Amino acid sequence: MNSRLWSILIDSFPKLIGYGIKVTVPLTIFSFSIALAVALLVALIQYAKVRGLQQICRFYIWITRGTPLLVQLYIVFFGLPSIGIKLPAFIAAMLVLGFNEGAYMSETIRGALESVSRGQIEAGYCVGLTFPKIMWHVALPQAFRTAFPALGNSMISMLKETSMAATISVMEMFRQAQVINGRVYESLGLYLEVALIYLIFCTFLTFLQRRGEKRLSSYGGKSS
Amino acid sequence: MMLEIRDIRKQFDSLKVLDGISFDVEKSDVVAILGPSGSGKTTMLRCLNFLEKADSGTMVFDGKRIDLSKATKAEIAELRKKTAFVFQSYNLFLNKTVLDNVTLGLTAGAGMKRKDAVEIATRMLEKVGMADKLSSYPSQLSGGQQQRVAIARALASKPEIIFFDEPTSALDPELIGEVLNVMRQLAEEGMTMLVVTHEMSFARNVSNKVLFLEDGHIVESGPSKEFFANPREERTKAFLRSIEYGLEEKS
Repeated sequence: MNSRLWSILIDSFPKLIGYGIKVTVPLTIFSFSIALAVALLVALIQYAKVRGLQQICRFYIWITRGTPLLVQLYIVFFGLPSIGIKLPAFIAAMLVLGFNEGAYMSETIRGALESVSRGQIEAGYCVGLTFPKIMWHVALPQAFRTAFPALGNSMISMLKETSMAATISVMEMFRQAQVINGRVYESLGLYLEVALIYLIFCTFLTFLQRRGEKRLSSYGGKSS
Repeated sequence: MMLEIRDIRKQFDSLKVLDGISFDVEKSDVVAILGPSGSGKTTMLRCLNFLEKADSGTMVFDGKRIDLSKATKAEIAELRKKTAFVFQSYNLFLNKTVLDNVTLGLTAGAGMKRKDAVEIATRMLEKVGMADKLSSYPSQLSGGQQQRVAIARALASKPEIIFFDEPTSALDPELIGEVLNVMRQLAEEGMTMLVVTHEMSFARNVSNKVLFLEDGHIVESGPSKEFFANPREERTKAFLRSIEYGLEEKS
């Protein structure tokens, strides 16, 4: 490897990391928060079989899972302005990523809620709790524990999917790599470098996920 | 009369599980509900606490009449406040410690202050001999210990009556005694209890009344001494013989 490439890589490394921390990480955190809120709401509506709303939720999941994320980004960022809805690129990316992953996560949470045994819910009623209180104190904490590994995976995929926001001009880490590459033409080196930084971020998330799983296991296995 | 049950009916598809059951419970009664499996005992108990909705039937509890098939949410909540339920599979909240299993209904359900709830819970757990396990999780306890915590949870809300649904059926034989002892103690203190059970010694020695169910009917009912000494019905005799035979085989 020549010294020119080395100096390009060394110069760009802190820049890329900087954009990762300033844009990619916040985009992931905001989008994930939206996704989690949407997923919880949709999962609870489906679990409680709220008539009317349940059909809307199914429709949302159907549309979101059945169309590509990239196409959704284009529709929201390039398409909606023609009917007067103009969103800044970062906001558009955040909403699309959040609602997209929210559909998958809602199914994860719903499945986890349904795995909470009927007896737990009945015991809740028998000690005088209402349905929302049973959800809050008993069912959701147990479901969260079951869903936690899958939700961690969702967060990791989301961190990588933020790179798609580059296509709608969000100046995040991958877009920055493209910009630098436009000046210096070192595609292999720069894209490998940005891949490495994604890998570092994801490794950190995996580490957090493991720690979280350990903490959640404090109340032991399921009782018979 | 504390509780009057009249003509409960319940059908699952074409199967009549409860076919017109009526009986009375007086304060401090301990009623053992016996019968072969599939006779409707558990379903009946679940209908009384609205875990299952009966097709028809009425209950008069504390002088208040409730239609079992059309009870309102408020009526159900009111009834559940005055009753408690102990499950065959304990159903302790798996994500809560022993202490929190008992306090949850008091704080989140009845709106009691945490400090008062802890005081009551600790007292109830002492009563069932589980006060040394306050911070354990259900998964760290034996079945017998879990069931004793479940009984403490049932007692915490000061119910007027406790429904027990086969409380010892899921337990290893050596753990049955500790749960039955707690129940016997409650009976001696005058707690009103409805107990679906296969424990004949409990039915014979602790309960004062017996209901014998088969195919959704009450075949025979009466004071337990009489029931065991002089069963009237042929089917009751056959049932008791089969139980005794089982016991002989075991010993």
